[in-house]
Amino acid sequence: MTGAPFEVRSYGGEAKPRVGFFTDTSVCIGCKACEVACKEWNHVPEDGLVHTGRSLDNSGGLGADTWRHVAFVEQRKPVSIGDGLPDSLVQHTARRELADDLGELRWLMSSDVCKHCTHAACLEVCPTGALFRTEFGTVVVQEDVCNGCGYCVPACPFGVLDRREEDGRVWKCTLCYDRLGAAQEPACAQACPTDSIQFGELDELRERAHERVRELQAAGEFGAQLYLDDPGDGIGGAGAFFLLLDDPEVYGLPPDPVDATRDLGTTWRATLAAAGALLAGVAACALGGRR
Amino acid sequence: MSSYYGQPVLAQPVWTPEVPAYFFVGGLAGATAPLTLAASLRGNDALAGRAAAIVLAGSVASPALLISDLGRPGRFLNMLRMFKVTSPMSVGSWLLTAFGTTAAVSAGRELLGLFPRGGRAAQSAGALLGPLLSTYTAALIAQTAVPAWHEARRELPFVFAAGSLSSAGAIAQLVTPYAHAAPARRMAVAGAVAELLAIRAMERRLGALGEPLHSGRVGITTRAAKLLTGAGGALVAAAPRAGGRRRSVLGKSGAAALLGAALLERWTILRAGIASAADPKYVVAPQRERVGR
Repeated sequence: MTGAPFEVRSYGGEAKPRVGFFTDTSVCIGCKACEVACKEWNHVPEDGLVHTGRSLDNSGGLGADTWRHVAFVEQRKPVSIGDGLPDSLVQHTARRELADDLGELRWLMSSDVCKHCTHAACLEVCPTGALFRTEFGTVVVQEDVCNGCGYCVPACPFGVLDRREEDGRVWKCTLCYDRLGAAQEPACAQACPTDSIQFGELDELRERAHERVRELQAAGEFGAQLYLDDPGDGIGGAGAFFLLLDDPEVYGLPPDPVDATRDLGTTWRATLAAAGALLAGVAACALGGRR
Repeated sequence: MSSYYGQPVLAQPVWTPEVPAYFFVGGLAGATAPLTLAASLRGNDALAGRAAAIVLAGSVASPALLISDLGRPGRFLNMLRMFKVTSPMSVGSWLLTAFGTTAAVSAGRELLGLFPRGGRAAQSAGALLGPLLSTYTAALIAQTAVPAWHEARRELPFVFAAGSLSSAGAIAQLVTPYAHAAPARRMAVAGAVAELLAIRAMERRLGALGEPLHSGRVGITTRAAKLLTGAGGALVAAAPRAGGRRRSVLGKSGAAALLGAALLERWTILRAGIASAADPKYVVAPQRERVGR
């Protein structure tokens, strides 16, 4: 298994192959079926029916009560299209019809979710152990343990976790842990009508994604790129990775996310040095000179 | 630089003002613990007793502040379910628990004459744990994705150590008669100087990422904290040269300024972190630079 999270080893014989999501945004039609299916299955409370007024996005971003979020990007930029456009490039069709003298208008749509990182900062900083690694390699919050300390909230490099105000605890995507146990795919993947959200064993998903990005590049979609598929990146690769048609920041995603605990050594060394300096300072002030 | 409608990439910390207040109180108590031991060893009982009381008060107030910040205060004991070195908050929970125990025993020795031998051992343990209590909170915020905190990971512990030194000296000399407070005055002045230097080093390291420290309301408190630190240190340093009542007035007003400065500085760092998480430019621009293009 490539880049498996080390915590899975503790499961021994009970460890399962690592599963995840491959979200192919090139076929996302922005229907939000994933958002609805997620809320329904996981009993995620309603958190306001508001319109951002900027696009068809009405959930804004991931949070305690939004575990799938569909981003809508309206772009007017010159994009080259090759000949022989495959029918599967749904988003291309929309932009062809909307082309005008300012350039082509295109809609980028992408369903965002918790990345289930290989090196998950949320899990590493969680002081209670409420956040844990499952036997499937996913990252889940145990709601009966979380005491709402809020440490995972700024630790996540994607801004996935948040505290549910009326409840006090932190909530996020579980990759439908309950469904995995019953050999079912997560609700969002099952509801997705275009297979933009694909669920499966991570190794297999990665192979499929590389094939797909080659196909798109060959068709002239030069912005097509895989995001978080690389086990060598700052989070050791994600369990939920993406095929994007533009740079990650266009979709509100960080271009080079890093697990902050990677720098743990530097931080603890500086902390010990500062504590030592403080002790020396007090000793010099209190033991030297007049008492 | 591109962004998604200017929306934040990171989630903003949910911590309430109790958290910077704890950074201040815990830091102050931590730096006072070695002062207690030193004063007691040198037979300065007036200072040692007061320092022990400050440490005890701080180690009672600290968990109260932390528990009230929890989303589920009733579950505070879950903090001691495990020990995780990857989580400075976990390390800190154990530190605070151990420190509180030494504080109680040490206060029993200094104030009530209990545990003559165990009290000294507890004081010694407290003197070692205290400085860690003062600085681990810097590691706590540095181990996040918040750019203004994470990029300052080498300097933040020194900022917190210096603020703890100055505020510990300030509070001890505020409550101790002038004749017995010379060590506390030295700590207050040395801490003030170190604090200004450490903040300067932090600002240099952060560069453009330090912008949230200098803009808007946070910018005002940054300047106010520095001004109060400088003024407070100068007043305390000038006190011994003044005579009579003026001496005490200078010392006490300087101490009050330093306490205000240290509290304000912690609040400023929390707010600057929140601002740096809220603006996608601090998150995206350095990462984009790293990956090229």
